[in-house]
Amino acid sequence: MYGGGYVFSDPEHQIPPDDPEKLAEFEARIDRGEKIEPQDWMPYEYRRQLIRLIEQHAHSEIMGALPEGAWITRAPGFKRKLALIAKVQDEVGHAQLLYSAAETLGKSRADMVNDLLSGKSKYSNVFNYPAKTWADVAVIGFLIDAAAIVNQVANSKGSYGPYCRALERICYEESFHLKQGYDAFVALATGTKSQRAMLQDAVNRWYRPIIHFFGPPDQESKHSKQLMRWKVKMASNDDMRNQFLDSYVPKVLELDITFPDPELRKDPQTGRWQFGDPDWAEFYRVINGDGPCNAERLAVRRLAEAQGRWIRQAIMNPQQSVTIPFA
Amino acid sequence: MIDDKSGIQWNSEDPRVQRLGTFFADFHPLQQPEEWVTYEVFHQRRRGEQHVHVGSVHAPDPELALVFAKEQFARRQHCSSLWVVPSSQIHISGYENEDMFSTTPDKTYREASGYRLRHKISSYKQAQLHESDR
Ligand SMILES: [Fe+2]
Ligand SMILES: [Fe+2]
Repeated sequence: MYGGGYVFSDPEHQIPPDDPEKLAEFEARIDRGEKIEPQDWMPYEYRRQLIRLIEQHAHSEIMGALPEGAWITRAPGFKRKLALIAKVQDEVGHAQLLYSAAETLGKSRADMVNDLLSGKSKYSNVFNYPAKTWADVAVIGFLIDAAAIVNQVANSKGSYGPYCRALERICYEESFHLKQGYDAFVALATGTKSQRAMLQDAVNRWYRPIIHFFGPPDQESKHSKQLMRWKVKMASNDDMRNQFLDSYVPKVLELDITFPDPELRKDPQTGRWQFGDPDWAEFYRVINGDGPCNAERLAVRRLAEAQGRWIRQAIMNPQQSVTIPFA
Repeated sequence: MIDDKSGIQWNSEDPRVQRLGTFFADFHPLQQPEEWVTYEVFHQRRRGEQHVHVGSVHAPDPELALVFAKEQFARRQHCSSLWVVPSSQIHISGYENEDMFSTTPDKTYREASGYRLRHKISSYKQAQLHESDR
């Protein structure tokens, strides 16, 4: 689902210089709209930023399955349960596709998974917030997936072939996620008084993480310009956020569900959405590990790894005999 | 819930977490799967249609490559058969020779649509009609 617009980077990293002739050829190819394939020459920084971007996207898919996965057993009704199982399975599949795409750039899947499990890698902030009620699942499926689609559709027009192909496949599946989320959202919004109250409460809690989803305002993103020149990033954080608000705020408001921000409005002159201070300090706190669920999400992920370890070992060493643990 | 092992207090919304007595797991790095290779996956929607390349999987052997390919690429669309081929077995012409495929830009002579006959037949018939009028 979810490649947030924000790509965490390490400011101390030293970038070795690229061959200027090859760089010019590479940039000309991108300007012509050609895709870059794994066997092509590419600048050091292009490769490094793409690995980071695709890897964080993959981790976000894996971690994104956790808040919703916890609701599978409690999904109201058989059809919603089936849909939620299918969606969660898709998200894990998205991670697999993305890990494969990142591997073509030279980082092994085991290294990526290890960096996630050790807490070194980042993933989208939204999954470090709790899903307290069924309405949270509706909000995630509708609005978070919608935000992810805005991001993924933009990135699918980027310059790196394997990432674009993975995203095309992913976007095709996301349309179902969005629709089933919208369906659950509308069911609550048009339901009883307490269903509506539950939905409003969830929207109130998710509003800020959703504004954060696309990353900090453009003037705060350092690498944006070069990444956009190389078509690693296809739209600025603010542009994607604006596009999302444009499409989805009216869909929420028409159901008489509100957002907890009196300053949220579209400027009729500029066509840009304005919103109150979303507290970017909180955004940085959560991305650096101090969100409401960071520790739990990582612990659940490690537990999943521990529980599946015996089967991985069996696959790695088919001659060895492995005892299946009971728990 | 207080974790038996780590002593950490989890205020989880997740019933699975609540049920587990010991929840905290130490970090064990995954082993590098050195023997694994990449397989290209070809998907056939229905019997009789082409197998179409859809992506790749990483697996220790063809049998598991098929299992992974089924999970990854045959979850949604109809599928009647899958092929997996070790990527190393695919021979590539290479983009450095890309220009060898470019030939004359106008290739209508090798397209069915490059042969327009109806107007000739019509004008012939028209001419015949005038002939007989006379
Ligand atoms: Fe996804
Ligand atoms: Fe999704």
